Amino acid sequence: MSSKVTNRIALSVIILCAAVMAGILVSLLSYILFKGVTNISWQFLTTSASPFLAGGGIKDQLWNSFYVLIITMILTIPIGVSGGIYLAEYAKPGRLTSFIRTCVEVLASLPSIVVGMFGMLIFVNYFGFRFSVISGALALTVFNLPVIVRVTEDGFRALSLHQKEGGLALGLTHWHTIKTILLPAAFPSILTGIILSAGRVFGESAALLFTAGLSTPDLNFSNWNPISPNSPLNLFRSAETLSVHIWAVNTGGIMPDVSRIANGSAAVLVVCVLLFNLFARALGKMINQKFSGK
Amino acid sequence: MKISKIATADPASRLDNNAKLINEKGLLWRLTDRASETRGKMFIYSSALLMIVAVIAITLFLMIQGLRAFVVDHLNFWTFITGTQWYPDRTVNPSYGAFPFIFGSMAVTFLAALIATPIAIGTAIFMAELAKKWGTKVMQPVIEILVGIPSVVYGLIGLSIIVPFMRQHFGGSGFNLLAGAIVVGIMILPTVASIAADSIRAVPDSLRQASYAIGATKWQTIWRVVIPAAGSSLVTAIVLGMSRAFGEALAVQMVIGNVTKLPGSIFDPSATLTTIITLSMGHSTMGSVLNDALWSLGFLLLLISYVFIVIIRFLSRRRNA
Repeated sequence: MSSKVTNRIALSVIILCAAVMAGILVSLLSYILFKGVTNISWQFLTTSASPFLAGGGIKDQLWNSFYVLIITMILTIPIGVSGGIYLAEYAKPGRLTSFIRTCVEVLASLPSIVVGMFGMLIFVNYFGFRFSVISGALALTVFNLPVIVRVTEDGFRALSLHQKEGGLALGLTHWHTIKTILLPAAFPSILTGIILSAGRVFGESAALLFTAGLSTPDLNFSNWNPISPNSPLNLFRSAETLSVHIWAVNTGGIMPDVSRIANGSAAVLVVCVLLFNLFARALGKMINQKFSGK
Repeated sequence: MKISKIATADPASRLDNNAKLINEKGLLWRLTDRASETRGKMFIYSSALLMIVAVIAITLFLMIQGLRAFVVDHLNFWTFITGTQWYPDRTVNPSYGAFPFIFGSMAVTFLAALIATPIAIGTAIFMAELAKKWGTKVMQPVIEILVGIPSVVYGLIGLSIIVPFMRQHFGGSGFNLLAGAIVVGIMILPTVASIAADSIRAVPDSLRQASYAIGATKWQTIWRVVIPAAGSSLVTAIVLGMSRAFGEALAVQMVIGNVTKLPGSIFDPSATLTTIITLSMGHSTMGSVLNDALWSLGFLLLLISYVFIVIIRFLSRRRNA
């Protein structure tokens, strides 16, 4: 076979691979959306799930997903951002720094179910939080920290050195420079990364299985007192999130409309994740335009 | 404290004291400012330390809990690892042989890598070599969206498309090892592709130009020059994908069939380390032998993910050297 023919064949195979990849995305999305969107109605989004009967909705699960996400972000962002600042600004090359880097790497590549088991051991049993919003959020914090650390470090490293030197030349202390000059300048790129990681946290299920639990008490959406047991804001009640719900319905659901609920929930989940993704993308573009001055 | 005492004791020199107070206040402000410097530094350093604490705590606690099965319940480590009989519920002589799960995890991981690697590397070459404009405009967003799709959704798709397909064409229930591997393979595709594309982009252009200059075709350049040059980073991409496949739990659990026997072929239902943990953890009481055995499996999972990390580190060190 002449090398030209081989070339042609090989390149066609490569293009085919890319087409397969794009095809997978298109068919996945269209399958989920076509199957699911017809099931989404206002009623589906605003009724509680029913364990036996048909016609259950996902109101509580949807709320739990967002609530766990928000608590996770409140816990993760300060710790993750300052961890990133440490690596970008304070860390001196040496054993300790490389050890911290290894730790971040390890945290990033742990299977999420291992994080869930750790959460069950520590937060659920040892601290006695039971299956609760707070246990779930703490486990997800472990899961999400390395992402935020990395995003922050990259954001700080992308800044030009002039900004830091300018601050220091004005006689500001290092911390003051970071707080008032570098952090605001790096903020947009950090925010983009945070939104992307929010999509990941929103869809996470294995880490929540053993920490946030598989059930939700009867939530009373007119009771916003965070201490009362059926309040949506209560941190110490169990909370089944949307992605856990999809899994639970498919493995042990006995209601007659399992596939309707699963497909509808999957569509809602995917739409939310897509929105996070699009939002982060639009933000990134806007910032890029602002900084390049076009 | 001292100032206030003076101020109340001697009202005649109040004006003087006021000036002193202001001066004192200025000092105070600077003091708090310095405190803010220390405070900020403290917070930053403690956050960094928290990463170390988290890793050590995870390893330590899982290890303590994972070794209980051998230390407290006196299971034999060797029969635990190599035994093929998993009958924890048997009242007479319950047996804990975890080999089917270890085998299942390995099989799913390797099959998934086998499915994902050609397509992912092909896509990476397409993005980085053939059509750079299309690559960044179309394929990059495609990959990013695919990475973002939650794993349960992949599991659901597997359950509603792949499992019925298997049932029709290969008989049985349709829940089998291959279905699990396909679902995970598709799941790790975008991860492998995007890292592979990065490593191909990192190959210096001079190599390509040299290859074209001696009359090589595009494919010859890719096959003989670019891929060997990107070598170990491509392997890193695949290993990273495998470590993700190894740790995936719910998506696999939904399609693999969850049978605790050793599978005879890839069309038999089976189980993996992660699936047995997700399934049995909820039903077992804390401190029972079954529960301890599950924690041991969890610890094993942690150890194997450490092995993956070490391999990845080794590969990237070789690349840097």
